[in-house]
Amino acid sequence: MTNCPTLIVTVGLPARGKTYISKKLTRYLNWIGVPTREFNVGQYRRECMKIYKSFEFFRPDNEEGLKIRRQCASAALNDVRQYLTEQGGQVAVFDATNTTRERRETIIQFAEQNGFKVFFVESVCEDPDVIQENIVQVKLGSPDYTNCNTEEAVEDFMKRIKCYENSYETLDEVLDRDLSYIKIMDVGQRYLVNRVLDHIQSRIVYYLMNIHITPRSIYLCRHGESELNVKGRIGGDSGLTPRGKEFGKKLSQFIKSQGISDLKVWTSQMKRTIQTAEALSVPYEQWKVLNEIDAGVCEEMMYEEIQDNYPLEFALRDQDKYRYRYPKGESYEDLVQRLEPVIMELERQENVLVICHQAVMRCLLAYFLDKTAEELPYLKCPLHTVLKLTPVAYGCKVESICLNVDAVNTHRERPETVSDFSKKNEKSLQ
Amino acid sequence: MELPQLEYVRLRRCDSAASVPQFCNSPTMIVMVGLPARGKTYISKKLTRYLNWIGVPTKMFNVGQYRREAVKIYKNFEFFKTDNEEAMRIRKACASAALKDVSAYFSKEQGQVAVFDATNTTRERRAVINSFAKEKGYKVFFVESICDDPEIIAENIKQVKFGSPDYVDRDIDDAMEDFVQRIECYKANYKSIDDEKDRKLSYIKIFDVGSRYLVNRVQDHIQSRIVYYLMNIHVTPRSIYLSRHGESELNLLGRIGGDSGLSPRGQKYANALATFIKGQKISDLKVWTSHMKRTIQTAEALGVPYEQWKALNEIDAGVCEELTYEEIQENLPEEFALRDQDKYRYRYPKGESYEDLVHRLEPVIMELERQENVLVVCHQAVMRCLLAYFLDKPADELPYLRCPLHTVLKLTPIAYGCKVEPFFLNIEAVNTHRERPGNVDVNRNPDEALQTVPDHI
Repeated sequence: MTNCPTLIVTVGLPARGKTYISKKLTRYLNWIGVPTREFNVGQYRRECMKIYKSFEFFRPDNEEGLKIRRQCASAALNDVRQYLTEQGGQVAVFDATNTTRERRETIIQFAEQNGFKVFFVESVCEDPDVIQENIVQVKLGSPDYTNCNTEEAVEDFMKRIKCYENSYETLDEVLDRDLSYIKIMDVGQRYLVNRVLDHIQSRIVYYLMNIHITPRSIYLCRHGESELNVKGRIGGDSGLTPRGKEFGKKLSQFIKSQGISDLKVWTSQMKRTIQTAEALSVPYEQWKVLNEIDAGVCEEMMYEEIQDNYPLEFALRDQDKYRYRYPKGESYEDLVQRLEPVIMELERQENVLVICHQAVMRCLLAYFLDKTAEELPYLKCPLHTVLKLTPVAYGCKVESICLNVDAVNTHRERPETVSDFSKKNEKSLQ
Repeated sequence: MELPQLEYVRLRRCDSAASVPQFCNSPTMIVMVGLPARGKTYISKKLTRYLNWIGVPTKMFNVGQYRREAVKIYKNFEFFKTDNEEAMRIRKACASAALKDVSAYFSKEQGQVAVFDATNTTRERRAVINSFAKEKGYKVFFVESICDDPEIIAENIKQVKFGSPDYVDRDIDDAMEDFVQRIECYKANYKSIDDEKDRKLSYIKIFDVGSRYLVNRVQDHIQSRIVYYLMNIHVTPRSIYLSRHGESELNLLGRIGGDSGLSPRGQKYANALATFIKGQKISDLKVWTSHMKRTIQTAEALGVPYEQWKALNEIDAGVCEELTYEEIQENLPEEFALRDQDKYRYRYPKGESYEDLVHRLEPVIMELERQENVLVVCHQAVMRCLLAYFLDKPADELPYLRCPLHTVLKLTPIAYGCKVEPFFLNIEAVNTHRERPGNVDVNRNPDEALQTVPDHI
């Protein structure tokens, strides 16, 4: 997608969501296949300083403190350079306050020297409630404050913010008109976007404009057990078994018990998810892109049949399950690409229940839990189990709720021996 | 527990699969704001075209049109002077008439989005529109275009104003002089959307043709998509070249789909395409293909880097892949008839519909909007979808657009639309275009079904 690597630079006072945005953006870009890494200067400072005493470290007249902080920023930029030039990185997110024009100028020069594009992401917020909530959610648990009680921590952190306020130079419409940036104001009420240069910046802006922090939960589950499931056959478009229908009923009870306001329900366009949703007796939206991975020539086959008829294909899939594309079908990698609009809309929405399929659910789960491409195709997504995902701090809490209706197991682990396909390898069918 | 019969289940071939989730319940009014010659109508038309293409019923309401109908002959800029009471009355009446039609569009024609294209440069006028929308339960999203670059404005005037009915009998310099005065009439009372006073409104402000944007309070999915689209379009002159792959082996046999290589004539076309492209002397041309052999082999002949997009793969004909039309008629006559009944929405069993194709091509269109000179080497159904977007063709015409083999279409944006130049590169190829037959009934004879099938081996 991009030729020049891109350096994303956060800007903003402490507790404005810079790290939240950095981590989320990094997760999203990696999921869509853009190698991205975040570099949090605070981490470098913690490694350098070992023990955090108090806000005094951040006072603008603390020469020793300033020296260390400058060194940490340099160390981080050095690692950025290595990542983008030697380690195959495409995007680096430089997460620090970067509140002075001088500091930003240093970074711009660094980027120019190395041939990186720069895109600034500034978060501006003056709402004291939002800032307070921020501090409670992510600062109190920080290594800086493990030995403080809540009041002490909050007080110290407020003073820390003050240290930055006087020298804070926000991105200026006139002075900085040649820079590429997005200014996010009041947690997304308003955005100022300047000079978007290329495709990746355009995607980043679109993503940042769609995320929110309103508390909500996302429920992921598969359709109830299907006729083809019990026959051990993959793909197809079969209906539910009696146990599958039982799951539909239990799902309906579970959802009611959750007492969710304004729940959206999404299904694919395959019978088994639609039949499951029908049991809920609420409106639901059908998305074709939520359809199960297309197994091409292997549709409706059992793994034994695939081994018999396409042993080479079967082995190739085990070698690289993420990138392997079934002949006339799809790969997990293709699936991620077609699910991107679903993820974007999930970000926009609040409470949503997604009734989908095994491979699809693995892809969505990998996005929320930041799983790598290697892990993604082996994530466990059993039938008749609902995963409740609730964003918390910088990540996602997962609660697994098994609705106690028996079903076959459809999970196939990566077999131990994947390279030797010439022997009829029974291990591959375990 | 038997589930009730199929009303809710998408089992029928022709059920809609709109690419925009149906979250927009309230209709939305997009309200343009800006001085004359700031690109409001350009944006309105483009946005309307895009939204219709992705399946959101949208219509544009240009108040200037209403004015031209009310005041048959345009004399000069004096009409727009703020102290011209007679004219003010007429202009207000026109705006009201347009709003009335917006209302009718939403309530009687199942419209989803209305683009209200007028200057709307005073707070008073915008308040009127806001009240109107609130009363009716419509959402409002303002799009303001701000530009003070005299060159851009002059270019604007040249491109679209001289050809306007208002200036059809004028000498160019007169027209320019008059239009500049017209703009002055608005300037005195122009109040841009105020970032403080109007902070509860939903809007996007576009500065200097997209150099900068201010976005406030995006309410829902459709507004988010609109903002994304507006932020990706540009006005830099460029051309888009659309072509199919060279003739393939399966084309010769009259078989649809598949993944075959080029026939000898197809290979000749690839070479001719390379010559043609070199002759066009395009700076910095991007070349895109699908993941299928026939487009890749065609691009290979160009000797330049190209990018492969899976989204550009031909429509998936499911169980009909690699069949001839005769075989489809013989084995699946009912499906064949259903397809003729509604070719846009019909989905091949285990395959796709044109409607699905539009949905998967949307990122391609978005990236085409971002890019400048691009050559897209693709397939018949895919090319029909892309062409329908650029030429604003409705869903019922789209599946029957002519996209013959061995012909390059050069599309150049101009004024409010797109100039099309076809270049047939003089290499013979089979015809793969099947017109809609006269009889589309499921009980028709095989002859009636096969009447329009083109010749093949």
